[in-house]
Amino acid sequence: MLVYVIRRLGQAALVLAVMATLVFIAVYAVGDPVAILASPQADQQEMEAITRRLGLDRPLYEQYALFVWNALHGDLGRSFVYNEPALTLILNRLPATLELALTALLISIFVGIPLGLYAGLKPQSLGGHSIMAGSILGFSLPNFWQGLMLVLLFSVMLGWFPAGGRGTTRDLFGVPVSFLTLDGLAHLILPALNLALYKMALVIRLTRAGTREVMLQDYIRFARAKGLSQTRVIGVHVLKNILIPVVTVLGLELGSMIAFAVVTETVFAYPGIGKLLIDSIGRLDRPVIVAYLMLTVVMFVIINLVVDLIYAAIDPRVRLEEAKA
Amino acid sequence: MKKLKPAAYALLPLAVAMAQPAVAQDTKELKIGVASEATSIDPHFHNVGQNNALRRHIFESLITTDANQKLLPALAESWKAIDDTTWEIKLRPNVKFSNGEPFTARDYIYTMCRVPLVENSPSSFTVFTRGIESIEAPDPLTVRVKTTSPQPLFPNNMTTLGILSASVFGAGDVKYGKDGCENMGTPPKSADFNDPAKAIGTGPYKLKEYTRGTHIILEANEDYWGEKPIWQRVVMRPITSAGPRVAALLAGDVDMIENPPIQDFDKIKGAGFTIVEGLSNRIIYIHLDQFEDKTPGVKGTDKNPFKDKRVREALSKAINRDAIVERIMGGVAKPAGELLPYPLFGTSKDAKPVAYDPEGAKKLLAEAGYPNGFELTLGTPNDRYINDEKVAQAVAQMFTRVGVKTNVDAMTASTFFTRRNKHEFSAYLAGWGADSGEMSNSLNALVVTPNKETGGGHTNRGRYSNKEVDALVQEAQRTIDDAKREELLQKASKIAMEDHALLPLHFEVTPWAFKKTLTYTPRIDQYTLATEVKLAQ
Repeated sequence: MLVYVIRRLGQAALVLAVMATLVFIAVYAVGDPVAILASPQADQQEMEAITRRLGLDRPLYEQYALFVWNALHGDLGRSFVYNEPALTLILNRLPATLELALTALLISIFVGIPLGLYAGLKPQSLGGHSIMAGSILGFSLPNFWQGLMLVLLFSVMLGWFPAGGRGTTRDLFGVPVSFLTLDGLAHLILPALNLALYKMALVIRLTRAGTREVMLQDYIRFARAKGLSQTRVIGVHVLKNILIPVVTVLGLELGSMIAFAVVTETVFAYPGIGKLLIDSIGRLDRPVIVAYLMLTVVMFVIINLVVDLIYAAIDPRVRLEEAKA
Repeated sequence: MKKLKPAAYALLPLAVAMAQPAVAQDTKELKIGVASEATSIDPHFHNVGQNNALRRHIFESLITTDANQKLLPALAESWKAIDDTTWEIKLRPNVKFSNGEPFTARDYIYTMCRVPLVENSPSSFTVFTRGIESIEAPDPLTVRVKTTSPQPLFPNNMTTLGILSASVFGAGDVKYGKDGCENMGTPPKSADFNDPAKAIGTGPYKLKEYTRGTHIILEANEDYWGEKPIWQRVVMRPITSAGPRVAALLAGDVDMIENPPIQDFDKIKGAGFTIVEGLSNRIIYIHLDQFEDKTPGVKGTDKNPFKDKRVREALSKAINRDAIVERIMGGVAKPAGELLPYPLFGTSKDAKPVAYDPEGAKKLLAEAGYPNGFELTLGTPNDRYINDEKVAQAVAQMFTRVGVKTNVDAMTASTFFTRRNKHEFSAYLAGWGADSGEMSNSLNALVVTPNKETGGGHTNRGRYSNKEVDALVQEAQRTIDDAKREELLQKASKIAMEDHALLPLHFEVTPWAFKKTLTYTPRIDQYTLATEVKLAQ
């Protein structure tokens, strides 16, 4: 077990190193940050001075060596644009994105599972058909278009919710969160819904397929034969058995919601880390881009590890040593 | 434009009843959706439009500019050149910083000393201070600035430098030195200004809150020396994508937005909002490589055709500027015949855009030895200027029509500017905004022979070179007398344009959209200033 964890962490470190190197070189190859950062009015001397200040006059291998050295000491560099540590910039924005992703997760669970269950129990009913048709829309319509339509409908036409931005925040254990204020919730609901739509469709489909399969199992018939109520059969015997794949998928999807909420954050001008990434790419703010992607890798590695460990804990048939192959 | 007096409130119900959907705007709060967020509150950190616009609310400069970039006194009451290299500035008396400290010459000297000390600036303001030899203050409200060479643009330069309070960061009796000042205390780091208690200026607004990516909140400075600000509170929300910005306006999240996209004008007006448009100081142009003997983006000929003036003229004649303005820019632009729109300083009234003449273009190409034309790749950014890629496509078609088969190579701005600066394009489309609002800026940047020592031609990536133009611009840069300088610049501009140093396309027009209850005077410098947003009458 311990050996397994250590080996996994070793692999993770390798992935991290390779990724950081690739991104570092790729951003270097895309262009010269000074060309986009400097005021157009800057003359040649000024451009050179900026290049020197940002350390971009040195050869790539020197820049990279410096980056690795600093990274090993826990310093991922300072943003070219803001002159603040890249990690601080990202961590300052992380609460906004976490809040968004978790809200979206809750919406997709508490809307998706009941709908999927209904569609699975009554596949031939009008309701069942409508839910499945609706979930196809959730799958197939592009995310940004859904977002724009939500804004158009609920903000511009109905005026129920604000069109974007983050609402008033309140500190919770020193972290500014917006779900504790009414204004914050109003700002949160549309982007969270936008982010949740796709996952919701996914949950509906998984739940429905699981339900239909489980309903045919012998133990369900047995439970019925025992005279258990419908509520108990569904609430306990069906739900428990269909939840395993749903939870697995959602766990992984949570990672991607946190790391790549870029589209939603752009459409709703939501100040999360995705927006920071997009803005940084536009301005070739290399330290921020590299730090962001490294953070993402760490997050995915941890989520994967946790999922693996949970599997082993739940299902005695899974042996961690087998992962060698 | 008058502020709403208490007596006027009595009439409000009537006004509301008449203008049905429009709700009366009170003056408590103004919310603006800005297209790009200031990267710092520090007025000397990053010399870029959005930072400079924000700076004007909090940190005033000695001299400021009106909507047409005409110089106006701000913290300076008057200024004059005593001789070619000495400027005397009389400072405004009885001005207080928002922390109550009086404004004196010490604060000015402190500011000039602090500008070069900013760390890791991505685009520094030192261009405006490095020509200062010495600063003396004969009395607390007078400063004499000696420059290393004659600097007719010294007053213009002073419009970009926000004045800091020397006492906030513990400076003593500051002495200016070209290579370092004395008694500076602990000069602030850029991040220090994020704290409202440290962001102390003399401006009409004070910083209230700065949450990066979310909002900047400003609060009226009750003790402001000038006309009292109309809005008690100003919230600037960065909404960088155009679609969401328009949605925020339509949904009523914000009262005003910068740069609504041209495609959405009808929708915005239809929803009962006002759009104003104003000519900007930004020209969109095409530069041609006139340096290399074999230029990378041209095929079908061994020579570099752009070294021949006839070819440049032919290409200029091939462009139908009116059609571009009408069809691609939706009328929201103005065809250009010079680098700056008339009547800015150094422009001529008779500078007309080159007329569309495809037949003439073909004839000129044939004369120059290209009867069958050649092939060309035109580089352009696709996310920097209004409809930049579409304009480039249209120009390419127009070139192709006269025989120069043109492909467009469009890319994101970061890649484009890197490649352009490495001279990878034989022809490229770009824009130039003359921050100082006068011709020497545009000529010096775009057509003067590139020269690292003087800083001339720094954005002349086509490397056009004409000794006559260089000499005229250089002389203008030394001439303090306004009338003489303007004449020199007009002459230089005329020669460069007749030589087709580059192909001017059009001047961009900057739009703003806002609620019917507001008005805004469009600014040539494209800034959005809450102080200029007034109530509609």
